[in-house]
Amino acid sequence: MHIIESGNVAAAMGVKLARTQVVAAYPITPQTPLTEKLSEFVDSGEMEAQYIPVESEHSALSVCIAASSTGSRTFTATSANGLLYMHEQIHWAAGARLPIVMCVVNRGVGAPWTVWNDHQDSISQRDTGWIQLYVCDHQQIIDTVIKAFYLAEFVSIPVMVCYDGYLLSHTYMPFDIPDPAQVDKFLPPFTPEYMLDPARPKNLNTVTLPDTRTDIHGNTAPGYMEIRHNLHSDLRSTLTVVEEIDQKFQAVFNRGGNPYVEKYKCNDAEFIAVCLGSLSYQLRDVIDALREEGIKVGVLGLRLYRPFPHHAVIEALSGTKGVIVFEKALSYGNQGALFGDIKSALYNADRRPKIHNYILGLGGREIKTQDLLDALRNSCTDKEKMNNTPKWVGLKL
Amino acid sequence: MATKTTILDLPEDELVHPGNRACAGCGLSINYRIGLKALGRDTILVVPPSCLTVLQGLYPIATTQLPCLNVTFASTAAAATGVLAALKAQGRDKTIVAAWAGDGGTADIGLQALSGACERDENLIFICYDNEAYMNTGVQRSGTTPQGVITTTTPIKGKLQKKKDVTAIMAAHRLSYVATASASFPLDLYDKIIKAKTFSGPKYIHIHTPCPAGWGFDPRYSVKIGRLAVETGLYDLYEIEYSKWQLTGPSKKLIGKKRRPVTDYFNTQTRFKAMSRELIAGVQKEIDAKWEGYADT
Ligand SMILES: Cc1ncc(C[n+]2csc(CCOP(=O)(O)OP(=O)(O)O)c2C)c(N)n1
Ligand code: SF4
Ligand SMILES: [Mg+2]
Repeated sequence: MHIIESGNVAAAMGVKLARTQVVAAYPITPQTPLTEKLSEFVDSGEMEAQYIPVESEHSALSVCIAASSTGSRTFTATSANGLLYMHEQIHWAAGARLPIVMCVVNRGVGAPWTVWNDHQDSISQRDTGWIQLYVCDHQQIIDTVIKAFYLAEFVSIPVMVCYDGYLLSHTYMPFDIPDPAQVDKFLPPFTPEYMLDPARPKNLNTVTLPDTRTDIHGNTAPGYMEIRHNLHSDLRSTLTVVEEIDQKFQAVFNRGGNPYVEKYKCNDAEFIAVCLGSLSYQLRDVIDALREEGIKVGVLGLRLYRPFPHHAVIEALSGTKGVIVFEKALSYGNQGALFGDIKSALYNADRRPKIHNYILGLGGREIKTQDLLDALRNSCTDKEKMNNTPKWVGLKL
Repeated sequence: MATKTTILDLPEDELVHPGNRACAGCGLSINYRIGLKALGRDTILVVPPSCLTVLQGLYPIATTQLPCLNVTFASTAAAATGVLAALKAQGRDKTIVAAWAGDGGTADIGLQALSGACERDENLIFICYDNEAYMNTGVQRSGTTPQGVITTTTPIKGKLQKKKDVTAIMAAHRLSYVATASASFPLDLYDKIIKAKTFSGPKYIHIHTPCPAGWGFDPRYSVKIGRLAVETGLYDLYEIEYSKWQLTGPSKKLIGKKRRPVTDYFNTQTRFKAMSRELIAGVQKEIDAKWEGYADT
């Protein structure tokens, strides 16, 4: 059934369709309407779940961590300072290998206060061991939330579904609500390998030594380093799982594809713009305009940021003349985080394109199509020398 | 108190393996062993970083025979909430969920989550073992360290401020059951946990827990020192059932009796050595005034 609704409502509907059992969240702009919608679903009986109105985001993720450890499917959502307030628990959830799904409704972080969109919040959590997915429209939001539960539970790693605050969270778009019976067919109930259960007692997350250690039966148990290595290698192996899940979803719902990157006019492109989130759709108009000027350019949006899809990135970019990375975040004192990741992926490629970095849209600064057009044209025509120093777009100094 | 358990009635089932990693003479070892007997096998534990984390053992060997979730320092009561929510979602809600935290994990960094869980009326038992400092990190002051006590962050003059009354804070949340207990009176503690299990909503029990390593005394005197805290009238054992307050067992027996001077307690531990005569006299005066009030009730 098609409806016209906000991105936050699309996310809430995905959480409901996934038969989430425990939801814990704390309101923060622009995530708030998502939390409100979920409380409404639970309060009205439309959704059979425990909704825990916690007193902080740290507690929100703590509830999810414990509920997931006790064998229930869990969800939370936040933005900006709320995400940062969770930081300790974000690492913990990944280390404890819990399949929690969290929507991050992307917003700039303080200080100074801003409520508007950029990507600094989720980018600053990229090294926590979570899978990070970025989406571009409402259909992708609802579908990705459902797929995220499948993925998280399949690999026992938590997943962030990141979407742009206001640009997606508060805008209204048409999208199809997946049929509940088909969702049930796609997504089986959560059956953890082990959980907190008095019938089979386990002591979870105990202090673990630097080295391996023998248990009471004489078997070698991993040390901290093995446990962390397994998290990393399992994260890397999700690269194939992501594709399989996407195909499985396509078979049931007849939509999807592009689990790693979403390409627009990249096949014959000499230059490719790269970015995360809804900006890649805005850039499509810019690509069309530049193509009319005779510049062969395309845009590549990353749908999966962690684990980093090196193969897809190299495959799409290595044969081009230039790669231009547009970013709504940065690793302060260095360069855009995505820029660094793309550059490092291309270092070992057979052919290395020139690469350039633009920082834009911080704290919701309007991203003017004309500015994008000028920046991209300058990079493609050598007017702007491509180098390591990020250029700021739309800055008024 | 409803039941009066004697040493002969205690369940023989041991839920804490002997030979755990706590120091010799640790008060926590006593109250944890007895406490788990009272909670029983159909219990899920939630434990933040503290001496109890160390007592639990090092992976893959565990001291406790109950399922236990080790959680971050600030998150204990929220994590207990999560366990409860999951159990409810699965229809397994007969299982008891008990959080067991130190004074730091309760009175300081864990207080926000605890207050939130109490306000939300979560059906949990929260047990604070109060050894009156951050022992796991090497004896730093906490919110419940008494005035005058030497710790590694109050190394010369002793702590200048008074002990935070966490039990009163919990009582202010109007819980069904709030109690104090002492590691040195384990049967009183046992009965209180048994009683807590009969109430719904959040229950809170605060256990005074002697710590030879942090308090500066010979391990063999643990029980004696915990008793002195009660017998001098400094630390009172009571319970509050739906706002109805009453002294229990060992403290109740002190009403109208001559109590030992508080110096009998202070003199047993090196942590009190910086206390001035004035401060000691002040504490004694406070105790006397408090007990005069009790005599009227
Ligand atoms: C967020 C965070 N801050 C600090 C620590 C370090 N830390 C671990 S245990 C502890 C003190 C625990 O004190 P308490 O709760 O009183 O328990 P005790 O060790 O005294 O039994 C501290 C400060 C931590 N683990 N996490
Ligand atoms: S430091 Fe104190 S509380 Fe901690 S294990 Fe040793 S005696 Fe017990
Ligand atoms: Mg302590």
